[in-house]
Amino acid sequence: MADQSTTGVPIELRKVTKAFPGGGEPAVRELDLNIPAGEIVVLVGPSGCGKTTTMRMINRLIEPTSGDIVIDGRSSHDIDPDRLRRNIGYVIQQAGLFPHMTVAANIAQVPRMLGWDRARIAERVDELLTLVGLDPQVYRDTFPRRLSGGQQQRVGVARALAADPPVLLMDEPFGALDPISRERLQDELLGLQDDLAKTIVFVTHDIDEALKIGDHIAIMKAPGHIVQYATPAEILTNPADDYVEQFLGAGSSMRLLRLTKVGDIEVDQVPYTSEDADAAEVLAEIERDGRGYALITDGMRRPLRWVGAEHLQGIEGPVGSAGDPITGTLGHRMTLQDALEALLNADTDVVPVVGRRRAYAGALSLSTVQNAIQAIKTRERERRLHRNEPGAGG
Amino acid sequence: MTVSAAPADEAVRPEPRLGRSWHIVLPLLCYLAVGAAMIVYTQSAPLDGIERGSLNLPYIFGRTWEHIQLVFYSTVLVLLVALPLGILLTRGVMRRATPFVLALVNLGQATPAVGLVVLLAVVFQIGFWTAVAALFAYSLLPTLRNTMVGLQQVDWRLIDAGRGIGMSAARVLFKVELPMAAPVILSGIRTTLVLNVGTASIAAFIGAGGLGDLITTGVSTQRNLVLVTGCVLIAVLALIIDWVGGLAQRVLAPKGLS
Repeated sequence: MADQSTTGVPIELRKVTKAFPGGGEPAVRELDLNIPAGEIVVLVGPSGCGKTTTMRMINRLIEPTSGDIVIDGRSSHDIDPDRLRRNIGYVIQQAGLFPHMTVAANIAQVPRMLGWDRARIAERVDELLTLVGLDPQVYRDTFPRRLSGGQQQRVGVARALAADPPVLLMDEPFGALDPISRERLQDELLGLQDDLAKTIVFVTHDIDEALKIGDHIAIMKAPGHIVQYATPAEILTNPADDYVEQFLGAGSSMRLLRLTKVGDIEVDQVPYTSEDADAAEVLAEIERDGRGYALITDGMRRPLRWVGAEHLQGIEGPVGSAGDPITGTLGHRMTLQDALEALLNADTDVVPVVGRRRAYAGALSLSTVQNAIQAIKTRERERRLHRNEPGAGG
Repeated sequence: MTVSAAPADEAVRPEPRLGRSWHIVLPLLCYLAVGAAMIVYTQSAPLDGIERGSLNLPYIFGRTWEHIQLVFYSTVLVLLVALPLGILLTRGVMRRATPFVLALVNLGQATPAVGLVVLLAVVFQIGFWTAVAALFAYSLLPTLRNTMVGLQQVDWRLIDAGRGIGMSAARVLFKVELPMAAPVILSGIRTTLVLNVGTASIAAFIGAGGLGDLITTGVSTQRNLVLVTGCVLIAVLALIIDWVGGLAQRVLAPKGLS
């Protein structure tokens, strides 16, 4: 492999239309889509909305009826389809591995067509297997039938990456997997993408998958057009219309918890002080604050212990080692969902939030999270009311 | 990323190879033994003049060789026609011609074999190649149909994956479709072969030789031993060829499918 792997290139769909012979509504209608280089763009929608057709037009498995698709500044129409496809990785559901070829032979297909020599191909195969987490020694000469669904899908990804293409098309790649494998492969794909920075067009009908892995999401509606093209957070907080809202379905707020970071909401501020502080002063502070406790931090403002009024009674001079050691902290980059999970499992009602270098940044309790959710709900309700006002359309 | 141990264990287990075990050749040995026993018996039994004329070794081997040649040429002809035709009929617009071609080929098989042979002999002339032509018409269907069915049943997602990663249509055909269809195609060829061994006996009616000569002689001269010898040798030949076909199926079928 080259020292530096090929990173993504931008793709632009310009007024792309696909009408299949036999008439009826076109499958895709005058679709404009800008796919930035190195991003994962998810096309999501119910079946029959034209998302797969749109994706397949990018590598010309389906020829557009009209419009243009520009990949890295070149119109795909000017490139021989077979050559074009060798430079675009392609992953489909259940991997589409050739069952009569070994794992290595499957991965080697594109490099062979590109005329690589044997040694280079063998080296690349091992490298890719390692990259997707399969031991080359064990899996190289195995037939796909002997692999689990998740392993097959990994080989599928390895095959797509074989010639290091700048673009990857993935058509419901994890659709046939059990939920646990799917989660894991999604995480792995995101991990890979951190290093590879390919341009990935990902088709799914699963909105949760879309929200999880997409940098941008294009929500599509039949007949073949995009209703909203935005980041996951924007789609959740500001769905373009009722269709999007419906498609998001129930649990939109729960999803928001998954996308919202602890640092994004207003956390509680509790009195905090160092071990050297005078106990009487801290006690006075606690009483003034009204919560009944304070946080003791070290010299770097890292949380150490909770102290309550009862700990401080009768202590003269500095606080010292009085109080209960804290059992856990929340990072400010944690999602609200993870924070909620941690809070439910915590020994104390309030858990300190730490920011950079684990320094104190605030505290979080279940009621604070509840308030945050409440705020989100209120915001949503207001938005709905606003949209339903006369003139805004039903 | 961790890989669970259980599938890994399974993965290292080697693919089942074509067995080195002697079981495979056991049927062949049995068939050969039956054939040999039949021939030995005819050589040791007391024969009259007519029987001796049909049951001497050079005559038997000559007819057997003719029979094999009839089967060989007709099968090769079937392969030359059925494979390309089958491939063609599963491509693009040619699919529309499929019902017509199949109807025509069905006609060949539906016609009684004897009638077909005699008809061809009337139209052309008596002889070896006319018999080959009749056998061809009669046994084209299994190979043609299996070629088409085999190709049609290849999972379209594999073809899509092949095209999607940049294989040309021809490359997909040779690297994916034909290997995947191979088991079905091979079983069609095997059927054609066995069909030909049986039907080739009819070639005797139009003077094309083969082991059918023993049967016709046996019937017309009422020499049951000659008749039975012909039948047994044809059956043994059919079984041997079927065995070879089965072996070919095992060797040529792509690995990793079952």
